[in-house]
Amino acid sequence: MKPSFRHRPLDWGRANLFSSPANSLLTVLALALLWQLAPPLVGWGVLRASWGAGDPETCRQAGGACWTLLTEKHRLMLFGVYPYEQHWRPLLAMALFVALLATSANRRFWRPWLAALWLLTVLGIGILMWGGVLGLVPVETAQWGGLPLTLVIAVLAIAMAFPFSILLALGRRSDLPAIKALSVGYIELVRGVPLVSVLFMASVMFPLFLPEGVTIDKALRALVGMTLFTAAYLAEAVRGGLQAIPRGQFEAADVLGLSYWQAMRLIILPQALRLVIPPIVNQFITCFKDTSLVTIVGLYDLLAATKAALNDPGWRPFFVEGYLAAALVYFCFCFFMSRYSQWLERELNRDRR
Amino acid sequence: MTGGRASIWGSTRFRGLVYQVLVVAVVVALGGWLVHNTLVNLEVRGIATGFGFLEREAGFGISENLISYTPADSYARALTVGLLNTLVVSAIGIVLATLLGTVLGVARLSGNWLVGRLASVYVEAVRNVPLLLQLFVWYGVLTALPGARQALHPLPGLYLSNRGLVIPSLDWSQGWLPVLEIPSLVGFNFVGGLTLSPEFAALLAGLTIYTAAFIAEIVRAGILAVPKGQTEAALSLGLSPGQILRLVVLPQALRVIVPPLTSQYLNICKNSPLAIAIGYPDLVAVSNTAINQTGQAVEGVTVVMVVFLALSLALSGLMNWYNKRVALVSR
Repeated sequence: MKPSFRHRPLDWGRANLFSSPANSLLTVLALALLWQLAPPLVGWGVLRASWGAGDPETCRQAGGACWTLLTEKHRLMLFGVYPYEQHWRPLLAMALFVALLATSANRRFWRPWLAALWLLTVLGIGILMWGGVLGLVPVETAQWGGLPLTLVIAVLAIAMAFPFSILLALGRRSDLPAIKALSVGYIELVRGVPLVSVLFMASVMFPLFLPEGVTIDKALRALVGMTLFTAAYLAEAVRGGLQAIPRGQFEAADVLGLSYWQAMRLIILPQALRLVIPPIVNQFITCFKDTSLVTIVGLYDLLAATKAALNDPGWRPFFVEGYLAAALVYFCFCFFMSRYSQWLERELNRDRR
Repeated sequence: MTGGRASIWGSTRFRGLVYQVLVVAVVVALGGWLVHNTLVNLEVRGIATGFGFLEREAGFGISENLISYTPADSYARALTVGLLNTLVVSAIGIVLATLLGTVLGVARLSGNWLVGRLASVYVEAVRNVPLLLQLFVWYGVLTALPGARQALHPLPGLYLSNRGLVIPSLDWSQGWLPVLEIPSLVGFNFVGGLTLSPEFAALLAGLTIYTAAFIAEIVRAGILAVPKGQTEAALSLGLSPGQILRLVVLPQALRVIVPPLTSQYLNICKNSPLAIAIGYPDLVAVSNTAINQTGQAVEGVTVVMVVFLALSLALSGLMNWYNKRVALVSR
């Protein structure tokens, strides 16, 4: 029985901070570390910081954190080189997307119409970003940038990689030797290679793969690279779920006379995927963070746009502030995903407790 | 199931055969089409094929080399230099990340609330931010440091300046036993010790700090997987806390820890090519320069892929061997 310390902070402190001499020493050391770190950090980030509009000179004089950078450069960081007057379009697209995510996060809305809503929203986002219809000025993908590009690549890569990964995982578990060999070969080959190489291959070699004269867009090449890479890792997560399903379930489906695909769709996959929600979401998070690597092949995602904003010689000394802001954006999305997966796991396993 | 057609189509083996033939045919056709396109494109652009270029003179310099290298050397030697750079940063990164990760994992489980909280904040903050962004920050911090004259001197024998990190080194040239060389600042230069370039130091710091957060979670899960009864039984046997950790908890926790730890080690190797973003000449960076100069993208990418596949296989083979040693031996 755990004693309740709620009304006795002293007891709580004794139990959690000073339970033994070694523990007390640790607490003192940790407090000393905090004492060393916290006051300078607060002084830098709050007390001596410069806020609001201004130029690098005001920041230099204030001597603290330069949040002015964000006021001045946030549009370049968020939207990259997207035409300035048209920034409302990516902003609206992101708002639509966040609304879609919020809707999808709610289990009550898990109905067939949600898939249609996804298609519609993605179509709407596409129209908003590309333009060229409804009186919108056309904007090439080469000019897309910032957070919208990061989100588009991450979401499309995940959405396309997921079905592919299920096929790969089923292929790896298949009784058909040729299909099994192909799946294993693909998964292991891709997992053995760094993503940077895959992206380089996508950006350098795809143009060689296609018939002469056919070119594909740089953003699309990176997207294909991300998809092929993510699918191999997701397939391993899905395979974990498939392996955890008892043999009896497969046999029972056979006995019922279900075809292979019926058995997979109705019996095996619903159970297997539920088991592997945490690793799948982890893979989603990894994919979201990995989109930052498209910076290396010359796309203007959130990270590259932040870097570009910091290229301005005057602002360059304040790179920490710029990267902190970008890090906060990445953190929010990743942290939300991991918390959501924990909640979903509990929610889906309610009937099992 | 009616008619004669069904009798043969109803056979699972026959259908399986048909599916396989179809899939293989599609894959082969697709592969053949891609190869054909590539060959046509290479011919149109006048790009040579084959690995003959490896023997030719590279003609570019590499800032960091463990073996002697000049621009007059061959591409093969340049790629070897890059590979050694990859191996060094990965190997040191693996050792440091394991140490830091273990400390953090144990700290998160500590009975001390404050220490546990601090470790949690570290883990959550670090693993939810892309590694590349962290690398940019570390590289920015290291290159924004003051020059050698005003080098930071946090510990004896340790200097931090915009030229990189200077650490004590071992000198093996004076007879049998190595002599510890403590660097010192003389005028504008450091004398003695080992200088790590800002690129190398930033990459190493980034890989270590990032991966340690993941290793911390693996270590924590491994220790939590050991039932509480084991510790209690050990306590009642009169073992000391250190003995309990060494003889009872750790051997059991390692069984849970080693397999996921292997994939983190592989991740360090596979993340090391991010070096290219901050200018550390690893294998991928060198092969990229080679690709840009010769245009032989297919060969360059093939070299990188083969090397990384070999590296992955070697590392997982090693870890599997270790895993067998710590695995539970049951009847």
